[in-house]
Amino acid sequence: MSPQPKNWKEIPLGGACWKSSTEYKTGDWRSYKPIWNSEKCTRCMFCHIYCPEGAIKYEPETNDMVFDYDFCKGCGICANECPATAIEMVLEGKE
Amino acid sequence: MVKKLSEWKFTSKEFAQIPEKFASGHRACAGCGPAIVLRLVMKAARGPIIATNATGCMEVVSTIYPYTSWKIPWMHTAFETAAANASGIESALKILRKKGKIKDEHVDVVAFAGDGGTFDIGFQALSGAVERGHDFLYVLYDNEAYMNTGIQRSGGTPRGAWTTTSPAGKVIPGKAEHKKPIADIMVAHEMPYVATANIAYWKDLVIKARKGMEVNGPAFLHAFAPCPRGWRSENEKTVEIARLATETCVFPLWEAEYGEYKLSAPSKAIALKPERKKPVEAYLKTQRRFRHLFKPENKHVLEEIQSEVDRRWKKLLKACEIA
Repeated sequence: MSPQPKNWKEIPLGGACWKSSTEYKTGDWRSYKPIWNSEKCTRCMFCHIYCPEGAIKYEPETNDMVFDYDFCKGCGICANECPATAIEMVLEGKE
Repeated sequence: MVKKLSEWKFTSKEFAQIPEKFASGHRACAGCGPAIVLRLVMKAARGPIIATNATGCMEVVSTIYPYTSWKIPWMHTAFETAAANASGIESALKILRKKGKIKDEHVDVVAFAGDGGTFDIGFQALSGAVERGHDFLYVLYDNEAYMNTGIQRSGGTPRGAWTTTSPAGKVIPGKAEHKKPIADIMVAHEMPYVATANIAYWKDLVIKARKGMEVNGPAFLHAFAPCPRGWRSENEKTVEIARLATETCVFPLWEAEYGEYKLSAPSKAIALKPERKKPVEAYLKTQRRFRHLFKPENKHVLEEIQSEVDRRWKKLLKACEIA
């Protein structure tokens, strides 16, 4: 997967994809934004596990959940599954 | 080197630190169930892994040219040939290893296909690959219709569900047939490992996926994955609905090694305490594809669904030698 843009003579044959989908930001699909509350959170990792985008990551050094808003589509599974209600869905722009 | 399953004990924090093999930026709908299946199965990999994918939602959303979400070697194949492709990859690896052209290490081969590509179109390829005994894991992510092309019925669509090709109205109350028991059909192949899994019970799913990769020979994993778009359900309820499917015994969790059935923990809890079993209405009313069933004239369909679920549950308990 090379990051270089290619012209039509250089594209690989057979429809091989060469760009990582992480270059395509799906975050602008979102209308609700998950807001994480560090104090309420018990670090059970359910939000990370159930996120269809893989947009929630665990940072072991700081013991924090990191939300990647570049990719979060705002489905709300994390807030719905959170046993400690530490995630709140807020209308985009109202946070 | 990752440990063997029997030695693989992990906490959810450790699991969260396993690097993703299915990258963000794929274009699945918000709240996609199958995307969760893919992420979890890929995280269960024990080492190098090659995936192949039949046409379906997950193939379309993960590789929109020129972008790809796969951080591993991956190959798209036609709708019907996920299993045939996987057997080809496995045979190629075998011969390359024999000729010394690749490192002598084990590579897992995983085939992903949706319910259309498994229940209907891909079945003969799957049956053939299992009969030939290739060493691969076949993951069926079951969202119960051809969602990618616009919600057409498949062999995996349950009785009474609305789809564009089984529309609910004055003439018929949704799909007329029950779901095909595909996992039981795979058990009848006397294959080494068959399991049903559910995204709501993630640890169970991860362990079954790993087991399927470690087993010497073909393995089949039937993973239940709700589709908010096609099931007309709320995005945030995906995992909740999946959990209800097991709690109502619509989708019980079990595994079978060489035809020997064994109930998994979430379903065993219900088998031991039958009062925990919820009525199917609890599951059906979460999805608008079933909403016509709650009209008075369709009451008989509800009763029919409940009696079929009960019958299959009793049959399963009998196979597990519990009832």
